[in-house]
Amino acid sequence: MKALFIVLIFASIAIGFWQLAKIFGTTKNDQVATKKENNINGWMMLFLLAFVHGLLIYCMVAYGDVLLPNLSASTEGEGIDLLFKVTFGLILFVQFFTQILIFFFAFKYRGNIDRKATFYADSHKLEMIWTSIPAIVLTILVGFGIYTWDNVMDVSNQKDPIYIELYAKQFQWEARYAGTDNTLGEANVRNIKGINTMGVDMNDKNAQDDITVLHEMHLPKGRKVIFQYRSQDVLHSAYMPHFRAQMNCVPGMKTYFGFTPSVTTKEMRKNQDIIDKVQGINKIRAQKSKELEAQGEDSLEPYTFDYLLLCNKICGSSHYNMQMKIVVEEEADFNKWLSQQKTLASKIN
Amino acid sequence: MSHHKQTFVTKYIFSTDHKMIAKQYLITGIIMGVIGGFMSMLFRLQLAYPEQHFTILEAFLGKGGEGGQMTPDMYMGLVTIHGTIMVFFVLTAGLSGTFSNLLIPLQIGARDMASGFLNMISYWLFFLSSVIMVASIFVHTGMASAGWTIYPPLSALPQAMSGSGLGMDLWLISMAIFIAASLLGSLNYIVTILNLRTKGMKMTRLPLTIWAFLITAIIGLVSFPVLLSAALLLIFDRSFGTSFYLSDIFIQGEVLHYHGGSPILFEHLFWFLGHPEVYIILLPALGITSEVISTNARKPIFGYRAMIGSMMAIAFLSTIVWGHHMFVTGMNPFLGSVFTFTTLLIAIPSAVKAFNYITTLWKGNIQFNVAMLFSIGMVSVFISGGLTGLILGDSALDINVHDTLFVVAHFHLVMGVSSLLGMFAGVYHWFPKMFGRMMNKKLGYIHFWLTIIAAYGVFFPMHFTGLAGLPRRYFSNTAFPLFDDLAPINVVITWFALLGGFAQLIFLGNFFISAFYGRIAIKNPWRANTLEWTAPVEHIHGNWHGDIPEVHRWAYDYSKVDENGNAYEQDFAPQDMPIRAGEEEF
Repeated sequence: MKALFIVLIFASIAIGFWQLAKIFGTTKNDQVATKKENNINGWMMLFLLAFVHGLLIYCMVAYGDVLLPNLSASTEGEGIDLLFKVTFGLILFVQFFTQILIFFFAFKYRGNIDRKATFYADSHKLEMIWTSIPAIVLTILVGFGIYTWDNVMDVSNQKDPIYIELYAKQFQWEARYAGTDNTLGEANVRNIKGINTMGVDMNDKNAQDDITVLHEMHLPKGRKVIFQYRSQDVLHSAYMPHFRAQMNCVPGMKTYFGFTPSVTTKEMRKNQDIIDKVQGINKIRAQKSKELEAQGEDSLEPYTFDYLLLCNKICGSSHYNMQMKIVVEEEADFNKWLSQQKTLASKIN
Repeated sequence: MSHHKQTFVTKYIFSTDHKMIAKQYLITGIIMGVIGGFMSMLFRLQLAYPEQHFTILEAFLGKGGEGGQMTPDMYMGLVTIHGTIMVFFVLTAGLSGTFSNLLIPLQIGARDMASGFLNMISYWLFFLSSVIMVASIFVHTGMASAGWTIYPPLSALPQAMSGSGLGMDLWLISMAIFIAASLLGSLNYIVTILNLRTKGMKMTRLPLTIWAFLITAIIGLVSFPVLLSAALLLIFDRSFGTSFYLSDIFIQGEVLHYHGGSPILFEHLFWFLGHPEVYIILLPALGITSEVISTNARKPIFGYRAMIGSMMAIAFLSTIVWGHHMFVTGMNPFLGSVFTFTTLLIAIPSAVKAFNYITTLWKGNIQFNVAMLFSIGMVSVFISGGLTGLILGDSALDINVHDTLFVVAHFHLVMGVSSLLGMFAGVYHWFPKMFGRMMNKKLGYIHFWLTIIAAYGVFFPMHFTGLAGLPRRYFSNTAFPLFDDLAPINVVITWFALLGGFAQLIFLGNFFISAFYGRIAIKNPWRANTLEWTAPVEHIHGNWHGDIPEVHRWAYDYSKVDENGNAYEQDFAPQDMPIRAGEEEF
């Protein structure tokens, strides 16, 4: 029965091909394009214009809620956000303008047997216009961009920063606070032993008061935090999207990035963008929970907002689940939390 | 031209004829495209429906899709090989290999490539590398899965992921052979264009396709050897215990002996090819588009010299912008500023090209055949995708979108989809030249309209998942409740992707049936000016019976008027037509 079925399928495919082949061999459609084809496709160009712009507008409206909040959680991120808005505005303008020109011209000048094309091959004036206008706009954009970049990346000469090391490995983050001396002790993977999972050099006097934590990292509001990044195995990338912060963790090398947290976790939970996003997420989770319950499985917990550290450089099988929770709080609360954590030295002894 | 006796083997397999080699490149490229494209369908299913079971996954992926669900390792392998195949095997060899081989001798008026033998070697090396790449998919420990950029140490250490075992070895060997093939091809293209032009074919009369192939070959020659050296050093690190890229590594409970190397070195070497590679892919597509748009708008391409100038500017700049892939690697921030500057400069020649295309459409008499539709779509997608480069090329903005799906959406539009559309335009336009038959137009129209809608439908929403902070190469985003609300967007993207995949089946059917049963083509079906349309429809060794035609004008005399402003009877003037009485050469 099954064999017969397969034979029938192949037979019908063969007949289909044979029929198609006959059509291919006889259809007289090899003139460049008929009047009808020019008309239909010309009008379709207008449809495509509407589709491209409509889709873009739809995405901006419908997906507005899922984006990162407008409010940057770090002071340095504000500069980045401003630059982003300016650039994105420019992109939208040019996108709308040029796509309209392309598809409208394609529609308007669709082929017509009674008309001849205009022989127009060059114009220095026009070429000058569309070389110099982008050049001017880009000069401004480059200047603005480099200014913002320098502000973000410069971690020298900071007033009273705190130093934290972020340590990456397959597939976990660890953090190390510099302690009372505010200096991180030296470290190398060759020192890794037992509980000293970050390879801190315990002979270094700066390392004695270093505090290590897993799973959850706290940051004080309003103080510059300078991160030192290390990795023990492969490349990772420490991505903290709400703070507009990202830096790769490179084995054999230290990298640096700094920012000043400006919004505590509690404050961020009250931000309207976040409230909207959390609501949207919980709607989806509630629906999923119903399905899960119907199958006799546990339902999902409702989601509350937290800052996150994600891995953003492909690092192996569990790359998609390498995360750490970040809590931003007032400095007093932060100090209290930190004083409750144990130093690495005390854990080892 | 002496005519050798040709056996089946010398005619169809080890052929030294550029037209046959072009067809070999195209067919190999299409087969690789089917493999690479099909992989993307599979992982799009996973991304849209991470919790569902699909028998199709188990059927195709075996152990990697046990019970109908994809494993993370399989996902990484699929995205890696999808990227590699699409970038190198389809859009580099499939696109440039096909059209450089087909068009260079025919459009410059040469009997064949400068060295037909090297040309044959080049194809067969490419074929060998394709076979090895496809074979690597089936190795027991899994295919290479460190991403198409294969950054060490992940790609260097089999302990780090199982795909970095034999799969990675085969990947590296395949790429080394591929690069050799590409270099042989490039040398041949350059030498042929510079030396074998027919009488009257000055450099300033070359069609823009040839200019694009020439500049592409030059960038390839400059940058591909650097990737080869990067790959060789990685082979050394993997197999001979050197430490070029590795240092201070502790993995699976032991410290490895590597000392003093840096993965950043690999990134520099990789992207020194990697960025020019974008233009190696894009320029031939832009060249094809220039030719097709001019022919079918029945107008000269606007700003011929500016087009060449901007291609040269793009080529030059492309070799000094690689650092924009590395803004957040820990590279000196000052370098970040320099690379931001050079990167954003590329927007200027790109803008010139875009506006020149638009002006070419203006006041044309546009013939919407299938190739023309794909070309217009290409220009549209090139702009849509290129504009977001202003965000990614700006170091300060790159911090927060680096390695997110925003990047994926950007480069798929600007180099993936737009080059693919350019390639389709080329296939539809030169199909009669390749196979002596016409493709079916109605199926072509359906193919175009489904493809363009699917392309935008996939990649516009994808930008927004990236702006929401979703990293690329995540097997699933269910580990983060933060991303739960992106699930519906992922479903939309996947359905558009499936639509796009379906549309390519129409193309495949049309292509292969037309190649055997299509209507016999006439000599110059598009009423075009370039020399290849003066050659006979049937393929002969040496391209032209008798003498090679002599060239008297540039390739874009469409709808020209005489000194009194009157139109000529025929709205095109082939390059071999002598200047008419009272006509001025442009």
